[in-house]
Amino acid sequence: MTATSAVSGMMVQGAAPALKHTAQDGAAEAIHVENLHKRFGELHVLKGVSLSARDGEVIAIIGGSGSGKSTLLRCINCLENPTSGIIRVNGEEIKLRADSHGHTVPADRKQIERIRSKLGMVFQNFNLWSHMTLIENVIEVPVHVLGVKRDVAISEAEKLLARVGLAEKRDVYPAYLSGGQQQRAAIARALAINPRVMLFDEPTSALDPELVGEVLKVIGDLAREGRTMVLVTHEMKFAREVATHVVYLYNGLVEEEGPPEQIFGAPKSERLKQFIRNIG
Amino acid sequence: MIGTGGAYGKLYGGPVVRDLLAVYTTIVRAVPELVLILLLYYAGTDLINQALTAMGYQRIDVSGLAAGIAVLGFVQGAYSTEVIRGAILAIPQGQIEAARAYGMSPSLMLRRITLPAMLPFAIPGLANLWLIATKDTALLAVVGFYELALATRQAAGVTKAYFTFFFAAGVLYLLLSLFSNLIIGRVEARSRRGMPSLKEAR
Repeated sequence: MTATSAVSGMMVQGAAPALKHTAQDGAAEAIHVENLHKRFGELHVLKGVSLSARDGEVIAIIGGSGSGKSTLLRCINCLENPTSGIIRVNGEEIKLRADSHGHTVPADRKQIERIRSKLGMVFQNFNLWSHMTLIENVIEVPVHVLGVKRDVAISEAEKLLARVGLAEKRDVYPAYLSGGQQQRAAIARALAINPRVMLFDEPTSALDPELVGEVLKVIGDLAREGRTMVLVTHEMKFAREVATHVVYLYNGLVEEEGPPEQIFGAPKSERLKQFIRNIG
Repeated sequence: MIGTGGAYGKLYGGPVVRDLLAVYTTIVRAVPELVLILLLYYAGTDLINQALTAMGYQRIDVSGLAAGIAVLGFVQGAYSTEVIRGAILAIPQGQIEAARAYGMSPSLMLRRITLPAMLPFAIPGLANLWLIATKDTALLAVVGFYELALATRQAAGVTKAYFTFFFAAGVLYLLLSLFSNLIIGRVEARSRRGMPSLKEAR
């Protein structure tokens, strides 16, 4: 169904084999998160999380419900504003300031819009724009945000839709498609901006079991071609296959992290062991 | 236009904007339209003229038509604020979130995502308001605006042919409504593109 190139047991820290695409030590840091805190009122969701993704890395964030993994992902592009902490995308630190209510908000709207337009986000519920056909969904951001010429964007979009196996659905509205088709279209939409990093927020959690495979296959292909990705997922088998680095969140903190073979093969933390037992 | 601005202000505006809009929609919707028309026409033109003379300009005569359109717009704005606010709230939040996540500016998001996405939810309510507005023009007779109902009454009064003239007026109102319905139907069908109809879903 998915990756065949990943060979378990090959990954040892510091000695990256060529079989799975991994970041070289010198690769630039695409995403850097440092000591991130997020509170929703009284609820302290993230309690000082740090995360780093270098070019070509595939970071999988796993953890139980309520562990803060989606919140962490959504903080990276400021869909949720972090309460405190440092976020750098592409080496550029997101400027934050406190508003009159004491909430942290992006200080520079133009900066956050520019940064967001380099991050391709894929949502759990697809979130395609329902009043647009697939091709319109895919060209929307290139044409209206990035200023790409319409005909150029359309020919790019056709290639992307073909790539995710939806070429013949280009003029169909999202409501007429299955969840798996919608999610593949959403991935094409994210690819259309030629993102520096792709962010996946539980991309298969809203899908019927038999549709999960087709979406994972597309994501797996992207991982193997060296796309930098941060992936929040419940698909442990998939995370093990495609991730170069796995982060296990527990209760708003990084409980354990490392290469997938270590996390899934030889977990140190008692909680992680139990988590893997329960999931597996 | 007023409605869209009002709805946006109420949903996303700061506390001051929200309070001002709450006062606007509450008062305008609480006071009978006839009273509002009289009030805004006489007090409004008076205010304008006072302001003009204070600034050293000549007094102007506000035409019944301009005043009527302004007053009806003001009243309808208050009602449509609520219609559009409801419609915006009916948009699946994820679509707004996706627009934000891809770096759309607020104005671009309004134009490309929010307005087209809320339209199917707003049109039934806005169509009601429009049909009511076409009949509300009759109220403008009180400020001397010569519209259909006033003309009918005068014509009928002079000729004593009440039935003929009021029947004709009724037919004219009906034609206007039917024509409006036709246009609205087209706009609604267009705005609902991408949404499977209930018939198909069955």
